[in-house]
Amino acid sequence: MNDIYINPEFEVVRNDSRCIRCRVCERQCANEVHSFDADGKVMISDESKCVNCQRCVSLCPTHSLKIVKSDCRLKENANWQDQTIKEIYKQANSGGVLLSSMGNPNPLPVYWDKILINASQVTNPSIDPLREPMETKVFLGKKPSVIDRDCNGEIINNLTPQIELSMPVMFSAMSYGSISYNAHKSLALAAQKLGILYNTGEGGLHEDFYVYGDNTIVQVASGRFGVHEKYLMAGKAIEIKMGQGAKPGIGGHLPGAKIVGDVSKTRMIPEGSDAISPAPHHDIYSIEDLRQLVYSLKEATAYKKPVIVKVAAVHNIAAIASGIARSGADIIAIDGFRGGTGAAPTRIRDNVGIPIELALAAVDKRLRDEGIRNNVSLVVGGSIRSAADVVKAIALGADACYIATAAVLALGCHLCRTCQTGKCNWGIATQNPELVKRLNPEIGSQRLINLMTAWQHEIKELMGGMGINSIEALRGNRLMLRGVGLNEKELEILGISHAGQ
Amino acid sequence: MKKINAENIIFDELNNKVRAEKEDVEITDCLGQRFIGAGLSDKNLKITGTPGNALGAYLNGAVIEVFGNAQDAVGDTMNDGEIIVHGNIGDCAGYAMRGGKIFVKGNAGYRAGIHMKAYKEKIPALIVGGTTGSFLGEYQAGGVIIILGLGANKNIVGNFPCTGMHGGKMFLRGGCKEITFPKNVHVKAATKEDISEITPYIKEFCAHFNADEKEIINSEFTVITPDSNNPYKQMYVAN
Repeated sequence: MNDIYINPEFEVVRNDSRCIRCRVCERQCANEVHSFDADGKVMISDESKCVNCQRCVSLCPTHSLKIVKSDCRLKENANWQDQTIKEIYKQANSGGVLLSSMGNPNPLPVYWDKILINASQVTNPSIDPLREPMETKVFLGKKPSVIDRDCNGEIINNLTPQIELSMPVMFSAMSYGSISYNAHKSLALAAQKLGILYNTGEGGLHEDFYVYGDNTIVQVASGRFGVHEKYLMAGKAIEIKMGQGAKPGIGGHLPGAKIVGDVSKTRMIPEGSDAISPAPHHDIYSIEDLRQLVYSLKEATAYKKPVIVKVAAVHNIAAIASGIARSGADIIAIDGFRGGTGAAPTRIRDNVGIPIELALAAVDKRLRDEGIRNNVSLVVGGSIRSAADVVKAIALGADACYIATAAVLALGCHLCRTCQTGKCNWGIATQNPELVKRLNPEIGSQRLINLMTAWQHEIKELMGGMGINSIEALRGNRLMLRGVGLNEKELEILGISHAGQ
Repeated sequence: MKKINAENIIFDELNNKVRAEKEDVEITDCLGQRFIGAGLSDKNLKITGTPGNALGAYLNGAVIEVFGNAQDAVGDTMNDGEIIVHGNIGDCAGYAMRGGKIFVKGNAGYRAGIHMKAYKEKIPALIVGGTTGSFLGEYQAGGVIIILGLGANKNIVGNFPCTGMHGGKMFLRGGCKEITFPKNVHVKAATKEDISEITPYIKEFCAHFNADEKEIINSEFTVITPDSNNPYKQMYVAN
């Protein structure tokens, strides 16, 4: 990035009286910010390369480093802010489409933070999860609308395949390629121990991970990378990716530089070749076409696997979900506009899609109104940040949540939002073997287990407070929610009353 | 070979019957049943009548021969095996196929061979005896597409072939002067080496459909290849 117009965004502040010249910072930084000046016997920094991932800060044994936002700013201007101007410089310099990583960082409304949860007082008792059993188990899949009996009056099992989860949270799709082998292994190990599922993303399934099949969702995207009969049979469920919250309406593109070694083998495309997932599935132009893909997958797996259809939360999501619920899909996954990504065009990430809270409320209501809510389970993602967000999502009508950003944070991600460079110093969004080994899958999976276990306790406590002892009884229970600081239209869409009502 | 009459049975019932058989199956009176042979590897199928959409989707090694026409999405995401159609096929044939071969005696519809890919020894091939509709081989990432245009008296492919092509090879019989190709592909007359590369496919095609091998091999062919493996490389700037 030889652009003289762009000043370093961060400053590396080194307390020289503490620095012992151990050069850990130099070795740890894949961006090559730090170096040792042998003549002056000092560490020096090239701040133009710093992405503020804080790897050096965390590993400096004498705590002599900090990274601060540079206060060298352009003249203040509320309309032409620094970031806006920098983007223009970058495009004027390169002619390129701006490419960013992770979720939308802009200060758009986070409805979770404007929704408050109820608690029991006096008239109906709250439940103490320490002494009462609390059920957080959920089953995802189509629920039959009738009970069938044979001529002897015995119940005929007409239940289609279901996914059993110990708690209503799953790790959402991140492909092997966008994240590392060790990151995938951490997710798979944790999902297995927790009794939940992780998701392969669209990059195929590494042969080492077939053993975690019962805790795996295998994804089929428009590029169909690594999709074959054995792969489809390997997972607990199959997810058709129609869209992603971070980049609704466009496809995926893993640059050739990341198609190396096992990533190439797993995707089954040659090394160095770009992996392009076109924006649409070119065989899906309608709900009928979607139904065809759903059923071709069911036929190929002898109706043993539930099929998930994942879409981005966009305008008219309720009508779209209604169509999907009639396509034969067992589960609809909806991804909100704050969802993360390894790389997305900045303009798309920051301007396309709608908040998951509104999408979820609209979809749940529409499916209920049309009497088809039990045709499908609803899974929502796109920035579920805490157990409270999970509880609010369930109460708004979700069956379960997808988390990914929270999961990579547990693995050590510092949200520097430069995944697209492939130089992740934390060993997550990289294929560089030296960087990948920084993430130990045993430790990584334990951190994920810790996070999910903590969330499960919190979910139980929140449920207990409401006097609810089963997560199923919370689903769609919007009376447990109140809005604060929301206008009437927002409350109407969310289907909740204002606090005080 | 076990015979199954498909008259008046719905697709899942038919496919369950096929799945249950231990030996090769002949389906007669096929009338639009979808998903026949999805993921099939353990037996071969002969079909008379007209199979419905997604014939041989995810096919995994079986041979399916159709004595008639087939509909849309033949060989969708197929991995291995062969589909031989003694007639015409609909749209979206061989979508994202990654192995095996599809032979079509007649014409193919729109969007044939989209996003075909290849990896090491797995090189899929789509051979169409007649013509194809528009958008042939969009996003082609690997494999071989051969369009013979036998008996055609106008363009042998429709509009916008090869858009986004970034791998593999396409062979069109004739000089193709009247066809407009996108900027990201190389278009040239086939050399002897090119022809020898496709000769095995042509031989198989002629064996299946009793076509004149010499006439085809001695024809003029146009070869289309991508001009870079990374067509989108220069489009982005990190932000």
